[in-house]
Amino acid sequence: MVAQMSNIQQRNQGRKDKLIVATAPLCGCFGCHMSLLDIDERIFELVELVEFDRTPVTDIKTIGKCDIGLIEGGVANAHNVHDLREFRANCDTLVAVGSCAVTGGIPAMRNQFDLKECLEEAYIHGIGVENPHVPNDVEIPLLLDKVHPIHEVVRVDYFLPGCPPSADTFWQFLTDVAAGNEVSFPYSLIHYD
Amino acid sequence: MQDLDSFLHGLLAESGDTPDRLLQHLIAVQKQYSHIPYDAIQVLSERLGIPPVQIYSVIEYYAFLHRNPRGKYDIRFSDNITDRMLGNRLLMQGMCKKLAVEPGIPRDDGKVTIEMTSCTGLCDQGPALLVNGIAVSKLTEMRIHKMVGLIEAGVPVGKWPGKFFIVEDNIQRRDMLLNKRLIKGSALESLLVKGADAILNDLDESGLRGRGGAGFKAGTKWRLCRDAAADEHYVVCNADEGEPGTFKDRVLLNSYADSVFEGMTLCGGIVGARKGFLYLRGEYLYLLKTLENTLQERRDANLLGNNILGQEGFDFDIEIHLGAGAYVCGEESALIESLEGKRGIPRKRPPFPVTSGYMQKPTVVNNVETLLAAARIAVYGGDWFRSAGTPESTGTKLFSISGDCERPGVYEYPFGVTIRQVLEDCGALDTQAVQLSGAAGFTIPPQEFYRQIAFEDVPSGGSLMVFNRQRDLLKMVLNFTRFFCHESCGFCTPCRIGGRLMNDLVEKVMVGYATSYDIHELKKIGRVLQKSAHCGLGTTAPNAVLDTLQKFPGTYSRRLVNKSYEPAFNLDKALEVSRQLTGRDDEEAHLRLGN
Ligand SMILES: Cc1cc2nc3c(=O)[nH]c(=O)nc-3n(C[C@H](O)[C@H](O)[C@H](O)COP(=O)(O)O)c2cc1C
Ligand code: SF4
Ligand code: SF4
Repeated sequence: MVAQMSNIQQRNQGRKDKLIVATAPLCGCFGCHMSLLDIDERIFELVELVEFDRTPVTDIKTIGKCDIGLIEGGVANAHNVHDLREFRANCDTLVAVGSCAVTGGIPAMRNQFDLKECLEEAYIHGIGVENPHVPNDVEIPLLLDKVHPIHEVVRVDYFLPGCPPSADTFWQFLTDVAAGNEVSFPYSLIHYD
Repeated sequence: MQDLDSFLHGLLAESGDTPDRLLQHLIAVQKQYSHIPYDAIQVLSERLGIPPVQIYSVIEYYAFLHRNPRGKYDIRFSDNITDRMLGNRLLMQGMCKKLAVEPGIPRDDGKVTIEMTSCTGLCDQGPALLVNGIAVSKLTEMRIHKMVGLIEAGVPVGKWPGKFFIVEDNIQRRDMLLNKRLIKGSALESLLVKGADAILNDLDESGLRGRGGAGFKAGTKWRLCRDAAADEHYVVCNADEGEPGTFKDRVLLNSYADSVFEGMTLCGGIVGARKGFLYLRGEYLYLLKTLENTLQERRDANLLGNNILGQEGFDFDIEIHLGAGAYVCGEESALIESLEGKRGIPRKRPPFPVTSGYMQKPTVVNNVETLLAAARIAVYGGDWFRSAGTPESTGTKLFSISGDCERPGVYEYPFGVTIRQVLEDCGALDTQAVQLSGAAGFTIPPQEFYRQIAFEDVPSGGSLMVFNRQRDLLKMVLNFTRFFCHESCGFCTPCRIGGRLMNDLVEKVMVGYATSYDIHELKKIGRVLQKSAHCGLGTTAPNAVLDTLQKFPGTYSRRLVNKSYEPAFNLDKALEVSRQLTGRDDEEAHLRLGN
């Protein structure tokens, strides 16, 4: 896991400017982003260390060159693919954050069914559905037939497990990277029983 | 058909109601009813004192046991790479089509099921299949056509033409072991005349090492078992022979079984065991009857049973246990679990079986060939044996040779023979690679054909598959990674997950989506398996991938896409269902390939 970090480590050693971080929610519940915010008042310290680029936290909608991209959620639709590819193209280090991004997680539970079954259940046969039809507005991204973990669509450098990873895990990760240290978690941060 | 209750009661009365009988009973029920009915599970649970969930888990574990009915004709095509090279896929597709049946799903009228199974050990006379557990060799379109007719006409398998079931020994080269016949009982007489210590010394002097792969000294193993204090000792003959491409034990059990039993009895006499087991892989069911007959002949000749050869207190008998389609049960501790009626999950070692084996008692587990050789050494002496071979690998060894050669079959060579010599003898031309020691073994390129087969150089459990230059080696690799995925017992994560990941990555290479990053991942995961899997299945599973990556890099590199990463599937195609359901075809309804 750690081997991939060495480039960025080298570059950050003795670096004065801030680390540029972007985050994106794909098909997840936003819980991972909420967990990041759970670092509470440490966020003041964090903004001394990092500068946020595109992220729902700042509501910046376009991405520039970044050091780190944090991705929450699995890949479920065409938009997710676009976003993910854009992040991959712009971030030196791309991190899968949380079970959904790492394994597909909760959204991937639909993989046990055909997409057709899912959509018909939701929009045609479901209880209380009026005007039954599968929505086809061009504004609505098309669903992929299966939900994928992000590493099945782009190359991923790092995985932060957890549903969600705790605020302390985010904190440890970002501060280690910002300091140019090798990321290392105490057992308590990656232990889930 | 006999009603279930009376069948089960007969079974329990005849062969016992202790928990260790579970697997053997399940195999019998499966055979009779083509599945394990719910009611049978309840009865067995009550009578053997095993909770139903545990019985379910045993059924789930073994590939030849099923909770749902199979067809009346239950057909399994052998799917080793050698079967594939002989066209098994097309034959199976043809049969499915003619019988109007989907692979793995019983036909609506319950008549037939067809699916693939791991190597059935008929690589020298493939493609092969099992019908209701019995092997059919040398499949051709004609043969399939006839089988389809017999099935549709409802002719019982017992009445099918005998020539379908002929399995030839195909012994192509004999040396000291196969040339020297053993007079029935002579090894036991030798034991009675010379005494156990003298025989153990002979074994030590012979240098005989285990023929099942690991190469542990047989004399040392027997001595360790004998010296382990316990009220019971056991001898187990490992006839699970599941390593793809290996079939020499099949031949020994067919034509030299008496010597194998002699070796087991000899071992029993030396270590003080009263009972031995032959663990016969389910795929060799067709050998069972002759093996049972051979045992009976030996009992009649007072070579088994009580007071063998009139020696007071020399009591030993042998029972045959069947496997049910699980390769890992060839691993000695998994085999012992299976003998005890359980799922074949490898045990923690140490303790080794010699001190804590069957029922936690000291147990010798030896390969078929090891036991056969031991019996001969007891008669002809250690010097005789070590007159052939190399200093560290004495004697001769049987090799199962298959694949692209003119004369596949069993070859006996002294250890130390070069691969080139073997290839010449079996008529292999234009050879691209040799897979030595089965799927778990080594992939050898032509520049290494000078190497010697011996523990000092390349060791071998006795199989050699030949691939000529027309073959795509990646197909071989993929066949092996699938095999290991299928055969992983699932106990440890590196093998259960890592094996699957490796298989998926090799598939990705095959379909042309892989990048150099995926190759890096393959190597990384392979090393994790080698280092951390719990048993030999997992630690050897990555061998073929890592060997070919190193020695045949072109097999991979010519298929790679020149990108940092590419998904293993077509993203645009993954939107097709949505496009159809919404009727959209605008730009946003498509994804370009690549990143
Ligand atoms: C996955 C796996 C499968 C094995 N299959 C066999 C087999 O089919 N036959 C066999 O004799 N040994 C097999 N072995 C080796 C046995 O564990 C054991 O070493 C051998 O039976 C000992 O007998 P030997 O000393 O006479 O070779 C297998 C080992 C592993 C790890
Ligand atoms: S990993 Fe858990 S918290 Fe994060 S998006 Fe998925 S479900 Fe939500
Ligand atoms: S390595 Fe594979 S076969 Fe062996 S114990 Fe682990 S999961 Fe089972």
